[in-house]
Amino acid sequence: MTKSELIARIAELNPHLYQRDVERIVSTIFEEISAALCRGDRVELRGFGAFSVKSRDSRVGRNPRTGEAVNVVSKTVPFFKTGKQLRELING
Amino acid sequence: MSGNTVTRAQLTEAVYQEVGLSRNESADLVESILGEVSNALSRGEMVKISSFGSFAVRQKGQRIGRNPKTGEEVPILPRRVLVFRPSHVLKNRINLSARKLSDGS
Repeated sequence: MTKSELIARIAELNPHLYQRDVERIVSTIFEEISAALCRGDRVELRGFGAFSVKSRDSRVGRNPRTGEAVNVVSKTVPFFKTGKQLRELING
Repeated sequence: MSGNTVTRAQLTEAVYQEVGLSRNESADLVESILGEVSNALSRGEMVKISSFGSFAVRQKGQRIGRNPKTGEEVPILPRRVLVFRPSHVLKNRINLSARKLSDGS
């Protein structure tokens, strides 16, 4: 399922809404999650899962082709932990 | 890092501010969107949200695990797990902001 298929599905379930409003609603949700992660905040959606950011220290990596040592700068990566209900739903 | 937690309430508020719907209906829509994503994943479908990331279900085989406390061997049954792969757009955005946040403090 892509974002546009998700929008189409939500529009189908809510025939009283304009498609462009559904688009804004779906985009707003993912935008809010992204913005929170950019602030370093955690996003906790009980039953679904939690988004957070983790920092990775800089390290000396290696170019796997040449074996040359390269410095990998420290970075912040987004992380998702599946919620209990969703985990059970997927395994059910 | 600010250490705040965003929940359904803030997502609902954002939807409410963005579109002219009631808070109640905004809350229902947030729930319905998370529900549709969950349903697709439970069918084993991949969910791709452009400039955010993709959720995919991966099948894991059986393996022997160990109870770390007792050292006892226990089989870990085959199961399906959900993995989230953030998009490059999101990763870059988070890194740019993280750099700005650390410069500011």
